[in-house]
Amino acid sequence: MSDASDLVLDVKNLKTVFFTNSGLFKAVDDVSFHVRRGETLAIVGESGCGKSVTALSLMRLVPDPPGRIVGGSVTLEGTDLLALDDAKMRAIRGNRISMIFQEPMTSLNPVMRIGDQIVEAVRLHRNLPVREANGIAVEMLRLVRIPEAARRAREYPHQLSGGMRQRAMIAMALACRPALLIADEPTTALDVTIQAQILALILDLQKELGTGLVLITHDLGVVAQTAQRVIVMYAGKKVEEATVEALFAAPKHPYTRGLMASIPAVPASGVAAQARLNEIPGTVPSLVRLPKGCAFAPRCKLVVKRCQEEYPPLQDWGGGHLAACWRAAEVAEEVA
Amino acid sequence: MFAYLVRRLFLMLVTLFGISIVIFFLLRIVPGNIVDILFAAAGYVDPADKANLEKELGIDQPLVVQYLHWIGGFLRGDFGYSYVSEKPALQEILPRIPITARLAGLALLFSASIGIPLGVISAVKQGTKLDYALRVVSLSGLSLPSFWLGLLILTASVAMFGQMPIFNPNPQTWLEAFATYAVPAAAVGFRSAALTMRITRSSMLEVLRQDYIRTARAKGASDAAVNYQHALKNAILPVITVIGIEAAFLIGGLIVTETVFNIPGVARFLVEAIRWRDYPIVQNLVMFIAVVVVFANFTVDMLYAVFDPRIRYTD
Amino acid sequence: MAAIDYDLELKRAGAGATGGWRRALFLAQRHVLGAAGLIIMIVFALTAIFANVLARFDPLTVDAAHALARPSALHWMGTDSFGRDVFSRIIHGARISLAVGIGSTTLGASIGVIVGLTSGYLSGWVDLVFQRVSDVLQALPLLVLALVMTAALGPSLPNVIIAIAIPLIPTVARVIRANTLALREQPFVEAAKSIGMSEVRIALRHVLPNTLAPLIVLATAQLGSTILTEASLSFLGLGIPEPYPSWGRMLSESAAEYVRTAPWLVIFPGIAISLAVFGTNLFGDALRDILDPRQRG
Repeated sequence: MSDASDLVLDVKNLKTVFFTNSGLFKAVDDVSFHVRRGETLAIVGESGCGKSVTALSLMRLVPDPPGRIVGGSVTLEGTDLLALDDAKMRAIRGNRISMIFQEPMTSLNPVMRIGDQIVEAVRLHRNLPVREANGIAVEMLRLVRIPEAARRAREYPHQLSGGMRQRAMIAMALACRPALLIADEPTTALDVTIQAQILALILDLQKELGTGLVLITHDLGVVAQTAQRVIVMYAGKKVEEATVEALFAAPKHPYTRGLMASIPAVPASGVAAQARLNEIPGTVPSLVRLPKGCAFAPRCKLVVKRCQEEYPPLQDWGGGHLAACWRAAEVAEEVA
Repeated sequence: MFAYLVRRLFLMLVTLFGISIVIFFLLRIVPGNIVDILFAAAGYVDPADKANLEKELGIDQPLVVQYLHWIGGFLRGDFGYSYVSEKPALQEILPRIPITARLAGLALLFSASIGIPLGVISAVKQGTKLDYALRVVSLSGLSLPSFWLGLLILTASVAMFGQMPIFNPNPQTWLEAFATYAVPAAAVGFRSAALTMRITRSSMLEVLRQDYIRTARAKGASDAAVNYQHALKNAILPVITVIGIEAAFLIGGLIVTETVFNIPGVARFLVEAIRWRDYPIVQNLVMFIAVVVVFANFTVDMLYAVFDPRIRYTD
Repeated sequence: MAAIDYDLELKRAGAGATGGWRRALFLAQRHVLGAAGLIIMIVFALTAIFANVLARFDPLTVDAAHALARPSALHWMGTDSFGRDVFSRIIHGARISLAVGIGSTTLGASIGVIVGLTSGYLSGWVDLVFQRVSDVLQALPLLVLALVMTAALGPSLPNVIIAIAIPLIPTVARVIRANTLALREQPFVEAAKSIGMSEVRIALRHVLPNTLAPLIVLATAQLGSTILTEASLSFLGLGIPEPYPSWGRMLSESAAEYVRTAPWLVIFPGIAISLAVFGTNLFGDALRDILDPRQRG
């Protein structure tokens, strides 16, 4: 492990539950991870695996009711966010930790000018006159490469394209130079051609500003291009954690392997195209009625009796490569 | 914007034309001839007078001619002749308009100034005891007939002061004028305040669910800033529309309240005209009310365009 | 971190309340006001049904000797200027309010459904005509339209029902039309069409049942307003004719004279109207919360 001063975010045993009319819903179940300064951590999983709730938990923005953070700690730059009162948390939100959402079309206030929305973010945390904050807003819009930034700042969200709006969101999130940026599927709602641009922009700015980044995605392709480390979530639990190299070289969890196998590979010239995509059979189980043992057991090819009876603990396979699977050794062998 | 304005004005004219047709034929379903009814009400029948009146009213003409004659007269401000006061109806109506307008204006003011803040509070405190209490109050506002509320106010005033408030047609001071109109306006306004409050609440709740509210929170904005700067600005738009619709809604309340408080306004005049079976005047008054309502809705649509940056009415 | 009572939180969220009765009980607990409204509505309906049993006097019998009697053990709510027992008249008045409420809501809603389905389905000029006609009807205030119609048709129970039902038609039709338009785009309707189901059959079998929830919500919300409109019409002397004991009629302007001398004539009928309307509104509100998830707060 690296020394503590390098650590921007340290999440330990985070638990977030939802109280619904069909029962208790453990959206985030005992999840731990950390992010170092300037590092990118990817959180990967299918929709409904709890990755977005994890992000909202870090921001303490889980809607209550029905949701509630019920355990663990979220330490940002040495402060446990879960122990702060609301006012102190507000002073940190948008300042030291900020977030970009999936839906740029609906995430900006439709009746406020773009510039004013960034000015608000600045003035909430910096005691600056409006003129100066305005200057910062235009500067931020320039930084996210919006052409004619000064004019765009005076426009309303509906006058901007989806890609431009996401750039504006990024400008807003980074306006106070946060220590940690959370990006929740920031490119999913955008056109494919725009996706790469936005992703590149986020990475460039991250490098420039030295921000820690938590990138939430369902796309392993994106992970390979951007992250240093990955955690894989399934049914609210962290099932695997590794560096990107280690994960792609030798996944230890059958679910991770399944995710990788379902990426359509572009065949190199001269190599025959893969006959058929490998999908993971079945769907994510209902988080209310989880099986007793491993949640992935019903969909797993390597399932044995033990999987159905006992939940596998996270086990270190060397170099911080963690996996929660009784048959992790076999998974590794099979890939090799 | 201009194209929209033209289209909107055209639709407004179509609606008004439709209303005039509906009113015109509705009042001709009346069993028997208007003249017969007038004479039956007056209690005597002189065939010569009857023929004269029929001619005067133009009832001997074909329906289309009658309609054109009526609409032509209406547009020129010829509202018919009141048989009760023996004056042209317009002379009866004109002095009543400011009375009803003040009453309606004050009621709308109550409605907005009470309904909007309470609606916001109710939404922000959703699920709390305060929200429950406010919801019960607003539902009761929609459940109490406004004429009964008026009667209750009168009863209370008798019980407390030994007399009923008497409508003062010529208030001398500003305060006197306010006192004259405030009580009946409150009786009418209670119901529309309740409606405004409910709409504000549900509009606020809808807005508070939106993604951009989460964005505002993610910036570190306080609850107050989120609720009053971000949410209210968006939630107020549908409320504006409803206040426009309430103009129509208010007229129902005015009709009964002017009757209860004995206020000589336009709305009570309609009831009186109906009771006297003075159909030419009823026809013109209803048309007049429709024009006011349609214009109120038009004004609200235009206001909406001013408040909502997304709407520029380009189509 | 504060301790959390999981069982309590889950109970509050309604977990475990599946099955018919348990679900109903949970809903009643969560929507206390709605349950109260339902009880008021039931009491109101029972009063109307058993008016003959409950009333202590004939509501129409004039007794000049006991005119304007104060409330007493004999006349619980006093008597009116004709010496008729106010309590008995209020009990019987429930019948009229119920008849008007159910009659005009049912009439307005049924025609509204037909018009809305047709208009949403056929589109084109039928829809255009409907839109303009409903613009016309909605530009006239409800009470003004009802007043003019009862004036034209003459005051009687059926005419009052019709006069109140007609302004209701465009309101219902607009909701049904909007739902129909939205549902027509749904995959299951496309699927029904692709297997050769006729349009009428699709409309009745697939689209109509799916608009039922908003229809029920709307109809319940309108029930109270129809009762209020009847009361207003009768109050103005243009609704239910004498001697029938309509609550609004009991409050008609002559009551303004009795404000001074016989306040019981003002207070009791007003309470009856307000309570009946309040009950339907409470219930309608809860129903909307339950059935219309978009509106769920």
